[in-house]
Amino acid sequence: MSASTTESRSGGERLGRLLNLVPYLLARPGILVTEAAADLGVSERQLREDLELLWVCGLPGYGPGDLIDMAFDGDRVTITYDAGIDRPLRLTQDEALALVVALRMLAQVPGVQNREAIERALAKIESAAGDAAAGLPVAVRMPGAGAERLAELQGAVQRRHALQLTYYTATRDEVTERVVDPMRVVVAGGFAYLEAWCRRVEAVRLFRVDRIDSCVELEEPAEPPPEAQQHDVSEGVFKPSEELPLVTLRIGRWARWITEYYPCERVIEESPDRWLVSLRASDLDWARRMVLGLGPEVTVVAPEALVEAVRVEAGQALAAYGRMEPT
Amino acid sequence: MSRNRTERLVNLVICLLSTRRFLTAAQIVATVPGYEHNAEDPREHEAFQRKFERDKAELRDLGVPLETGTASVFDTEPGYRIARRDYALPDVHLEPDETAAVGIAARLWQHAGLAAAATSGLLKLRAAGVDVDVHATLGVEPVVTVDPAFPALQTAARERQEVRFDYRTPEDDAAQTRRLQPWGVVSWRGRWYVVGHDLDREATRSFRLSRVVGAVTTVGEPGAFHSPPDTDLISHVARWSGPVEHPNRATLLVRPGRAAGVRRWAEEVVPGPDGDRVVISYSEPDAFARWVVGYGADVVVLAPDDARKATIARLRDLVDALDGAAAHPETVGGATAPVGAGTQL
Repeated sequence: MSASTTESRSGGERLGRLLNLVPYLLARPGILVTEAAADLGVSERQLREDLELLWVCGLPGYGPGDLIDMAFDGDRVTITYDAGIDRPLRLTQDEALALVVALRMLAQVPGVQNREAIERALAKIESAAGDAAAGLPVAVRMPGAGAERLAELQGAVQRRHALQLTYYTATRDEVTERVVDPMRVVVAGGFAYLEAWCRRVEAVRLFRVDRIDSCVELEEPAEPPPEAQQHDVSEGVFKPSEELPLVTLRIGRWARWITEYYPCERVIEESPDRWLVSLRASDLDWARRMVLGLGPEVTVVAPEALVEAVRVEAGQALAAYGRMEPT
Repeated sequence: MSRNRTERLVNLVICLLSTRRFLTAAQIVATVPGYEHNAEDPREHEAFQRKFERDKAELRDLGVPLETGTASVFDTEPGYRIARRDYALPDVHLEPDETAAVGIAARLWQHAGLAAAATSGLLKLRAAGVDVDVHATLGVEPVVTVDPAFPALQTAARERQEVRFDYRTPEDDAAQTRRLQPWGVVSWRGRWYVVGHDLDREATRSFRLSRVVGAVTTVGEPGAFHSPPDTDLISHVARWSGPVEHPNRATLLVRPGRAAGVRRWAEEVVPGPDGDRVVISYSEPDAFARWVVGYGADVVVLAPDDARKATIARLRDLVDALDGAAAHPETVGGATAPVGAGTQL
């Protein structure tokens, strides 16, 4: 993007803000300048510059009585003449799209509280947006299962109660009991997660809701410690870290879906029938189960320990059948 | 944009909102400060015209509905005005719980462009007198994001304009160009799809947006087709994804304390001397076998016969493949594979 485009963008932003500033202030006579600035996401200095500029704008004639006028009372401001820009601009298509799609998604979250309020809000925004939202060709459906469990978890988040969880950890193939301090429920990539401070591991964890086998809301309050920070899940929930073992597999065509399902560090298309794929595994035992499950379409290239583990495990598994029915 | 230009544009908006008559460019020059020039001087006049064109474009970009028309049949020059009903956001009255929902929705966007649009949309609602509590929470936050192809496909569906894009599924060896009349964009189980009429397949098709390679281009004019009335877009994506039935039951022998991932689906567990007998329901033997094989020697299928045979067959294929790989490591990559590609890692 060229410098001039950037400049004109930010200029357009200011123009839009100025046109909406008059009705904004009109609706809030005597508002603190600092409060208005914070609300509009600009500095106090910027807002004062905006007000100064508006002060010299107005109706043709541009005499006293034509210009936008305002009264200052200490740090408070009141619009006393609006020169006809007493309403904000209509929503643009992008604005309507952004608000409507996000509301539709929110309304679709299974077990969401206040769904009825979300739907009322959606209807009002769609109607206010008019043409900008008419016939929006976007439909949304979230994962449908587990609505009751989700409602339970959200309730605990809102009531700020600790939870006792029975949780299946897929990477270690074990079910454990733990007490957690719920922080929020996140829905990302088709799954719902409870984000909570886990008192057992003393860290923030994302618990996939369909792997919570049971949960009991405790009387005691949820108190995540100050160091409990929410994960940024915008780029996916599992973020491969350099410390995790790197697993390299050679895969056939019908196992290629794993490159779409798991974050892969490297994919080399050696030939149509063989791709070389590297990914981080949180645990080599998990990698062994995954590779065995993928079957003959996949062979392990590295690490050597995994090559051996898969070979031994497959051999023993087959032998277990042989033992029971000798042929 | 300079302060002068911003000031000129605010005045232009106020002026055109206040007039019922269409104002010609000459009348605007005579009225709005900042357009003064010598109209007799061709060079100055040309500079004015360029400036005025830029200003009009700026207002249209911002969503200001600039109307063009003539004041009377005798006028030859076009004039401009802004109709208040097209300019102004209609009254919006939101209850506190509705306001909270809008505030939450607006900050869910993880896509930069639409996050900015949500914020500016929210500012307009604030300007309409809606007080948005930015700290409100519902205790649940869907991550709202879209793939890069989303804006183009959404717009094309809305404008009913044909599109062309390169598309590659993991199983394809190369991307293929697809031609589509897009009906709409759908989010299903955390992924985005476009649904429409595939012009090459002559059938309804849906495409996953994450598999679109490169840019989406539009072909031909807007309004080129109609989507079928009452189309349920979701149904075209979701029809293969109904609930999975588990009509069959298997008995497994599971090593004590192992295979928690199997045990959590158990309908019945009977401890025995050689392990636990676990009863579990499943849909069909082959998929069941693939799942069970993941647990290796910890799980042995005892019954029924079809599930047991499918598991043994799967294990045998697996062991054969591993033996083959171990016996001929140099051929694993295939004859055409670059030698040593694996060792670089």
